[in-house]
Amino acid sequence: MATATATANKKKSVVWDWLTTVDHKKLAILYLVAGTLFFVKAGLMALFIRIQLMVPENDFMTGQVFNELITMHGTIMLFLAVTPLIFGFMNFVIPLQIGARDVAFPFINALGFWIFFFGGLLLSMSWFFGGAPDAGWTAYVPLSTREYAGSGMDFYALGLQVSGFGTLISAINFIVTIINMRAPGMTMMRMPLFCWTGLVASILIVFAFTPLAAGLALLMLDRLFMGQFFTPDMGGNSILWAHIFWIFGHPEVYILVLPAFGIISEVVPAFSHKRLFGYTAMVFATIVIAFLSFMVWVHHMFTIGIGPITNSVFALATMTIAVPTGIKIFNWLFTMWGGKLVFNTAMLCAASFVPTFVLGGITGVMLSMAPVDYLYHDTYFVVAHFHYIIIGGIVFGLLAGLYYWYPKMFGHKLNETLGKIMFWLLYIGFHLTFFIQHILGLIGMPRRVYTYLGGQGWDTMNLVSSVGAFVMGAAIVVLVLNIVYSAFKSERITVSDPWNARTLEWATHTPIPEYNFAQTPQVRSLDPWFYEKVHGEGKMQPAEPLQDIHMPNGSILPFLMSLGLFIWGFGMIMINMDNPIVPPGVVIAIGFIMTFGTMVLHSKEDHGYHIPLEEVKKIEKEVG
Amino acid sequence: MKGRKGLLRFLPLSAMLLFLAGCGEERLSALDPKGPQAQWIYDNMILSLYVMALVVIVVFTLFFIAVFKFRKKPGDDELPKQVEGSKALEITWTVVPIILLIILAVPTIQGTYYFAESPPDVEGSSQAGESGEEAPAPDESEALIIDVVGHQYWWQFDYPQGFTAGNEVHIPVGEKVWFNLTASDVMHSFWVPALGGKIDTVPGVDNMMWLEADEPGVYKGKCAELCGPSHALMDFKVIVQEPEEYEAWVEEMSQEEELPEENSVEADGRQVFEDQGCIGCHAVAGQGTGQGPALSNFADREFIANVVEFSDENLEGWIRNPEDYKQGNNMPGFQNISDEDMEALIAYLKSLSVEE
Repeated sequence: MATATATANKKKSVVWDWLTTVDHKKLAILYLVAGTLFFVKAGLMALFIRIQLMVPENDFMTGQVFNELITMHGTIMLFLAVTPLIFGFMNFVIPLQIGARDVAFPFINALGFWIFFFGGLLLSMSWFFGGAPDAGWTAYVPLSTREYAGSGMDFYALGLQVSGFGTLISAINFIVTIINMRAPGMTMMRMPLFCWTGLVASILIVFAFTPLAAGLALLMLDRLFMGQFFTPDMGGNSILWAHIFWIFGHPEVYILVLPAFGIISEVVPAFSHKRLFGYTAMVFATIVIAFLSFMVWVHHMFTIGIGPITNSVFALATMTIAVPTGIKIFNWLFTMWGGKLVFNTAMLCAASFVPTFVLGGITGVMLSMAPVDYLYHDTYFVVAHFHYIIIGGIVFGLLAGLYYWYPKMFGHKLNETLGKIMFWLLYIGFHLTFFIQHILGLIGMPRRVYTYLGGQGWDTMNLVSSVGAFVMGAAIVVLVLNIVYSAFKSERITVSDPWNARTLEWATHTPIPEYNFAQTPQVRSLDPWFYEKVHGEGKMQPAEPLQDIHMPNGSILPFLMSLGLFIWGFGMIMINMDNPIVPPGVVIAIGFIMTFGTMVLHSKEDHGYHIPLEEVKKIEKEVG
Repeated sequence: MKGRKGLLRFLPLSAMLLFLAGCGEERLSALDPKGPQAQWIYDNMILSLYVMALVVIVVFTLFFIAVFKFRKKPGDDELPKQVEGSKALEITWTVVPIILLIILAVPTIQGTYYFAESPPDVEGSSQAGESGEEAPAPDESEALIIDVVGHQYWWQFDYPQGFTAGNEVHIPVGEKVWFNLTASDVMHSFWVPALGGKIDTVPGVDNMMWLEADEPGVYKGKCAELCGPSHALMDFKVIVQEPEEYEAWVEEMSQEEELPEENSVEADGRQVFEDQGCIGCHAVAGQGTGQGPALSNFADREFIANVVEFSDENLEGWIRNPEDYKQGNNMPGFQNISDEDMEALIAYLKSLSVEE
């Protein structure tokens, strides 16, 4: 029976295979592809924004379109581009780094991806139904209520509700995986830092995405069913939304940046050929940052008029975050110190992350001084600050991870010459675009303005900033060219460890067999692969005999369940549409039945299948 | 405060900022502060820049030494020493930042309370008021307290003397003026960069802030919170005057309406203003409404609706199609006014002046 299923698997068409896969490595690639598509989309929006602001009194677009673009740029980048890109790496790398065959709940893993994807699709549909959301990614009420914003905000509330649900269940999956699925000997304090940051970020998601879900539900009730939670005239409170949003919104920054820190903590030791300096301090710094991230949200609201006591307390709490972040910065520096550094593209991105992130960090400390923030708040200074964190920090971290793990994922390296061209274009373009925006803010330019009068001293700086944005755009084009070029021309990798790296993922064969490890490895140290290369026999010691391998079955149900949620969400939005062709109730019912119907179908037991021993031996011979 | 500023001037960083201040427009740029609050913000920004410059110098020095000194030489395959960490170093880079942060924390708290000062001579204060505390009634205080309401996309300034100004607020020089702010529709944010910090205007909430200007002049103000398609066009002006001038202006603004001479073209315009219902939203003297900006001193303005220069064509264009100038604003277009009536209306509007 088991054999029959195993052979049946091979006959599936390619599309069906990808739609039904529950393999963490394939889902990782789906996450990366979807994340990249959303990233390119939101990046193009950024270019349109910079075209509009290139010269004063430009009439390239109206204020309405501009507001839709800034809202979608921010929302997509944070929820639908960076989050899935990070999840892509976490999905691929974490099971390998802890010596597991897959995540704890492969079905949930697929479900998380498809829910996120359909949520993103739902949000993007807004362009075709009366315009995109236009109240900023923060969606402050009352601007985002039905009275002041069009149906775009319905797509925002429902789209993020659905996609956030996907993010939430994926995070729970990662937590369970990291706690329960570690190979023998892989104690918590031997885990690579990327697993630690992935674990902590997942815990943050559980605590941050739940208030967001609650807030979005209230917003939806206000917008679709005449709720009054945020309407001051009816006894509602408009500051309430700001609190709920930032209780989610501030940890969100760390949800994104902590895994990027993790990537840096993998890449820097690998190419310094030295173990991570102060591993224990790094772990504790990560935990402290996560803890503090829930105590600082009011620093986004210093000017909302909340009073000097609250402002002072939150200003001090915000400052304290600089301490654990500083610990991280110096530990990276001292990892490089005394090492033997190799500067390929991955290391260039990872190393340059350090000084760039420091620039974003120091403006962060400056922003924490509440009374001085009365100047910075809602100006281009803030725009510059958070782009230094998000691009200088997260994007460079992601690129380092991409160049580093690419050979393990796709069996070939990315071209180094094109990689270095990309790096320098991006690095120069990035500073050109954003450094000058600090000054623009200080000389009086508020953020989110669609145009400005000439002669206020802003013209040249805006032009420089726009030119920089195009240089960054060119860098991304080079990256895409590199991916295509390398797919055809780059040398195939057959060794397991092309970088001479340190952690467990490099102990697997390239390409990785479906089951990752034929025998679960026995971990004897931090950096277990490096330990076995130096002190052992150059290969991982097995913790179990070679035997049949139990694997989960693929399933189309996650796809259908998520499609149901998408239909349900669209039906909810139709409530507010002027003349829906189909009654909204029908659409809602179809979606509801589809989601819950597939849940009922899934309740049938599925014990997966076994790859028989001979098959495993055959595969090991082929790839080894 | 002055001593520190004098000292800082000699250092290169403030020289750079002074140079940058040249980039910005005077009475708009926060790098060229024109009042005690803006000066405090500027000084403490410089202080934080110096503290942070220390961090940057240390990190960048270590970084560049590491990057250039510790490169792998070709053919050198020996492993570098695998260092686990160093307790002494970890303690150092935990304690030193804490000390640096304390240097910034002290002025942060001082400044927060300094900016939250309530108007003097109000019962139970001169100390900072928590939000939620009753805002003092204007007549209980010696200080000038102006009520501000943010609207999509204009500003309403109600003076304690009982009149309303739209989009331009006059204040006397060298005196702390309090603003009691709220909004009628969505959130806005009240910001005069050269005079001080900003504060949001929130529907259903009263916020307080004070500003003071050191020298007379016209200061630019901006809305700093996204408030709709024309957020970028929601500017206002703070006109700082010598006390005598300011008093004269208040005197003029407090007068009852002076009707134009009978049978003049302005009188016809006044009739159009009534017939078309303009007067329903726009006051021409005294207390205004929240429906539209008061026009009592309309002809003294440099800009129409803060977007286009003051000219007959622009004024006609604005009245006929306000949507073309300021997307999403609440004024209906008056396309059907005859040319003759329009001419009279414009003549009337241009007569609405309080300046000599």
